[in-house]
Amino acid sequence: MDELMIKVSDVTKEYRLGAIGGTTLREELQRRRAKRKHLEDPTLKIGETRADSNERFMALNGVSFEVKKGEAVGIIGHNGAGKSTLLKLITRITAPTTGDIYLNGRVASMLEVGTGFHQELTGRENVYLNGAILGMTKKEIDAKMEDIIEFSEVRQFIDTPVKRYSSGMYVKLAFSVAAHLDSEIMIMDEVLAVGDVAFQNKCIQKMREVADSGKTILYVSHNMATIRALCDRCIVLDHGQTVYDGDVNTAIGIYMKVADDAEKIYYGPDDLLRGNHCTLEHKLHSVEILDSNTNHFMYGDLIKIRLGWESPDSDANLELKVLFINSARGVVGGSFLGKLEHSEGLNYADITIDTRYFVPGSYFLNLKLYNQIDQGNVITYDTCEALAFTVEHSEKSIHLREWYNNWGSAVLPCLRHVEEKE
Amino acid sequence: MQERQNWKTHITSSKSAVKINFKEVWEYRDLTWLFVKRDFTAKYKQTVLGPLWAVIQPLLTTVVFSIVFGSLAGLTTSDVEGEVLQMPSFLFYMIGTVIWSYFSSTVTANSNTFITNRAIMGKVYYPRIVTPIATAIADLISFFIQILLFCGIVLVCNLVGITHIRFSKYMLLFPVMVIQLVLLSTGVGIIISSLTTKYRDLAMLVGFGLQLWQYLSPIPYGLALIPEKYLGLYMLNPVTPIVTTMRMAFLGQGYFNTLYYIISLVFTVAVFFVGMVLFNRIEKTFMDTV
Repeated sequence: MDELMIKVSDVTKEYRLGAIGGTTLREELQRRRAKRKHLEDPTLKIGETRADSNERFMALNGVSFEVKKGEAVGIIGHNGAGKSTLLKLITRITAPTTGDIYLNGRVASMLEVGTGFHQELTGRENVYLNGAILGMTKKEIDAKMEDIIEFSEVRQFIDTPVKRYSSGMYVKLAFSVAAHLDSEIMIMDEVLAVGDVAFQNKCIQKMREVADSGKTILYVSHNMATIRALCDRCIVLDHGQTVYDGDVNTAIGIYMKVADDAEKIYYGPDDLLRGNHCTLEHKLHSVEILDSNTNHFMYGDLIKIRLGWESPDSDANLELKVLFINSARGVVGGSFLGKLEHSEGLNYADITIDTRYFVPGSYFLNLKLYNQIDQGNVITYDTCEALAFTVEHSEKSIHLREWYNNWGSAVLPCLRHVEEKE
Repeated sequence: MQERQNWKTHITSSKSAVKINFKEVWEYRDLTWLFVKRDFTAKYKQTVLGPLWAVIQPLLTTVVFSIVFGSLAGLTTSDVEGEVLQMPSFLFYMIGTVIWSYFSSTVTANSNTFITNRAIMGKVYYPRIVTPIATAIADLISFFIQILLFCGIVLVCNLVGITHIRFSKYMLLFPVMVIQLVLLSTGVGIIISSLTTKYRDLAMLVGFGLQLWQYLSPIPYGLALIPEKYLGLYMLNPVTPIVTTMRMAFLGQGYFNTLYYIISLVFTVAVFFVGMVLFNRIEKTFMDTV
């Protein structure tokens, strides 16, 4: 069981910034000629030297880790941390600049489904083609054909060219092929949970099955809940380096801090991300967390927030709406503060958010200051995005340990049947 | 855990020595075959005539050549000075066209390998060389259909008494010539494809270059057109000996020179080797530049 399946040792990947490959034969020849004669490079702009025309960017900077057989390892990190580059190297799409990667077995990536589908071929033909591209032999595909068709739910259309498929059928079939891969090392990305909600749940369940079947798994995700559910180890990448490698919960804690670098609890007029199409007659002024020095809360805590706005007119009719947005930029839900009582100048209103309505994760607020003149007609004075906060798992959230992305991120109040009183 | 393990795959930076992993290519033979099928079937899907197009295209070219170069320009159809073609000139043009259409379509398709397949190649790994191999094989199917058609026409001509079947002992070289054709066109194609990942200029030249190359090969005319003093230079074109020898085999007359033929063979192997080396160097990192 101690057999290593993946060994990544001191891998770097360097990209040159700017016009990569945007060189013509003529420029290359001019450059070579100049180099030979020790002249200045004619393809550079005046005052530019070789070094700064090729600004370098280290997508990965000395990453090392080992994965044993049967381990399910999660890789997390914010955008640009090097996750995709790392996967590209392991799946051999491009080669590292320095360092070595050793693999002990076939790698199958479930990264992008449906690549290699040919529009003109039928579903069945595409299953063969796609399976072969993903590294299966014809025999293996034959053996799994029935399962694949069954899983995909498109049996009726399997002998129709895929260009006639609806987009849903297309991805379902594609996922089925990827899900039935039989490689020793699987690389998975949760984004590939596709199709309608029922099928998405089926996908995630299939991924769990694969994970439980003793295969070695690298799993990339932004969804901490599925990381928790699927992985027994976690690597945090940041700026091309491994920040942490080990226990899943610690890793997630570190990632959360990396993700919202400053533990910001006060947003002044300059920090608010204002939206367009606002009259700015009345303005949002500030958003502040009260009674806490961090924006991390345990599930079950109450978040006290002070909202500030500026108004030149105490008689103006003002209303405020708060939307909650999750880390995938999906709207969780909203709430109305109703008509605001206010005086001329700066005003404050305190609100309380009950974290029990939020699945543990990161959220931010979207505020809108407006006036409803008559039915349906609204003047928007100001909108802004501000105040990120994170809800962490606590002992009160045990029932939410398994919560998938596609279930939304709001927990509705308990739906117990109550006898109506006379 | 410290003991040395036998790793199945080792990924390292691209500057490693040239080595072609034949074993791996063999493991992906199912994929190769599926690519062949895809290239061939997808080409003729939703056409009424289907694979018949593989036959119609060279036939039309042959007709055009017969009219333009034969009847109008009156270019010679014999490969040796003073010799008279014993078969209808139509057959002369046809065999040349069949060879050339294989060569040019394979070169064109392979010169775009990285660019046309970058959607797949950017997402999954498989030995990249599989694609050019599959293209060469898929085109070979059309080639054999055309050769069969040629034989059919010869047979019909024989039955109606226009000409005799004049297949000669050079037919023994046919398999060698086919392999040579495959290697040469694949080699040229992958050299261009490797260079186009960096210099897109070359892609512009391919169409024109191939046309020029065709006129530098004895496809629309007989070898007898070339003056004796330039013949040595002219025969260095590796396609020429293939064309003349092929005519020797199928028409039973023409020009064959062992030395030139061997030069062409050596040339082919060299081109193929250079192509493989370049391809190998490019395939690992082309995704960063394409």
